Amino acid sequence: MARLKSKNDSPLVPMPSDAYIPQRDLGKTPVLEARHLGIDFGGLTAVDDFNLTIGRTEIAGLIGPNGAGKTTVFNLLTKVYQPTRGTIMVDGYDTKGMSTVQVNKLGVARTFQNIRLFNNLSVEDNVKLGMHNQIKYGMVGGILRLPSYWKQERIAHERALELLSIFDMQDMAGAKAGSLPYGAQRRLEIVRALGTNPSLLLLDEPAAGMNPSETAELMENIIKIRDTFQIAIMLIEHDMNLVMGICEGICVLNFGKVIAKGTPDEIQSNPVVIEAYLGKQKEA
Amino acid sequence: MEFLSYLISGISLGSVYAIIALGYTMVYGIAKMLNFAHGDVIMVGGYISLLSMSSLGLPWPLAVILAMLVCTVLGVVIEGLAYKPLRSAPSLAVLITAIGVSYFLQNAALLLWGASPKAYTPIIAGSVKLFEGQLSISYVSILTVFMCIVIMIALTLFTGKTRMGKAMRACSEDKAAAQLMGINVNRTISMTFAIGSALAAIAGVLLCSSYTSLMPTTGSMPGIKAFTAAVFGGIGSIPGALLGGVLLGIIESLAKAYISTQLANSIVFAVLIITLLVRPAGLLGKYVPEKV
Repeated sequence: MARLKSKNDSPLVPMPSDAYIPQRDLGKTPVLEARHLGIDFGGLTAVDDFNLTIGRTEIAGLIGPNGAGKTTVFNLLTKVYQPTRGTIMVDGYDTKGMSTVQVNKLGVARTFQNIRLFNNLSVEDNVKLGMHNQIKYGMVGGILRLPSYWKQERIAHERALELLSIFDMQDMAGAKAGSLPYGAQRRLEIVRALGTNPSLLLLDEPAAGMNPSETAELMENIIKIRDTFQIAIMLIEHDMNLVMGICEGICVLNFGKVIAKGTPDEIQSNPVVIEAYLGKQKEA
Repeated sequence: MEFLSYLISGISLGSVYAIIALGYTMVYGIAKMLNFAHGDVIMVGGYISLLSMSSLGLPWPLAVILAMLVCTVLGVVIEGLAYKPLRSAPSLAVLITAIGVSYFLQNAALLLWGASPKAYTPIIAGSVKLFEGQLSISYVSILTVFMCIVIMIALTLFTGKTRMGKAMRACSEDKAAAQLMGINVNRTISMTFAIGSALAAIAGVLLCSSYTSLMPTTGSMPGIKAFTAAVFGGIGSIPGALLGGVLLGIIESLAKAYISTQLANSIVFAVLIITLLVRPAGLLGKYVPEKV
């Protein structure tokens, strides 16, 4: 971590003053600070001047009409795309020039809109792959089955089952990930991301394709994960019951720009948001 | 008895193909590229082991280890210099580069060690005689089959049970997702090249020990046949490489014995073509239709 800049010596543009984080997270370094973030693809500006602060234990929502640039924001935060402009601070560290793997080690994990599990590997192995950087033994130790191998694999095995038990999935540990029902695959993606030991978990449409009772269960589980691990969670979601039900701060994106920020109540009554979703009201 | 002896030499030849095919299949599985220089790494392994035995006077186990080390480094360097910069280039560019690297290695060997074939002393001489001397199996053949089995078991355990092995499988399924889980894809690919090249060195020693001669183009024909074996068994699949290699060796050996020595290679490739017509993904490969 030697190459990381500390939060004190970065000569950054100041954060706009509309940053919102929950009361309990004030005074702690925000888990994420995006400042004036932007990316262009050729001549097209996909995201522009995106500012967001997420508190240590906040559940934040990112909403917006289709094509607004929500997944692009996730791709920027995880460095799948390198931003054209702006800064991303994770845990107070500037992530400039970092790769996806480095940002992941810093504590950002994610799931995908279209499920991307390692289908030919077992459920347990998927979780262990999330834990890849925490399992420590060398190649020689692995081939020769030295004591270090058994010890580390046992720890990994126990931890994987512990994580799976959040969603009551420990019985499925041996099954192939690709053979799981859809809902279980979505949950496994969350568990795999938790395996990387994140401080910020990004969920891309976690409730997509779920029925109302599954969604209700998911909402409880998201809160449970936040409470158990004391981490921040940011989610993209179209299910407004879920977003309004569990998010503390919501950011609304349209055409790559933030059009509104605030608590669920503020967002629901914001005319700009309503217009973005439903179109302009005709003058009577 | 004659048949048995041809069969055994076929299995032994096939084991060498299988070891080489593993290199092709692992690299293809993870980097999704055909490393045509793989056959020439075998040749380099042959030369290094030969020189370290004849010039440095090392005992053969040390010579094999030295050859493996040199080839591992060579494999990683080739990957880093020639293929890594092309990671996001079209696959055709990588393919042409691989062919270029192959010619580079052959010509470098030509420059360093000359064109004339060098005599290679088998690392183990002699043979075991069975059925009152009617059937003789050379120790090299036995060693080859034994090594092939050991390598297969080690690799199966490695990819199935260890964290690096699983990371390799994860990269072969979805590189971007693997990266987002904190797996260093570039390091994983380098590692694959390192393992494949170390195996190529072993294959080089075994191959030269059974053919007892070595020249700069020694690696290219077995390389292409091992590639055939990998496709035959199902490219990307480790058991497929074993099955394809051994079957190909047996077919070649029996074709040489009972049909025609000249036609043996044609028969080998004809079998490949027919197999691919019937099973486009190879014997053990899975053909997954694109979901629309």
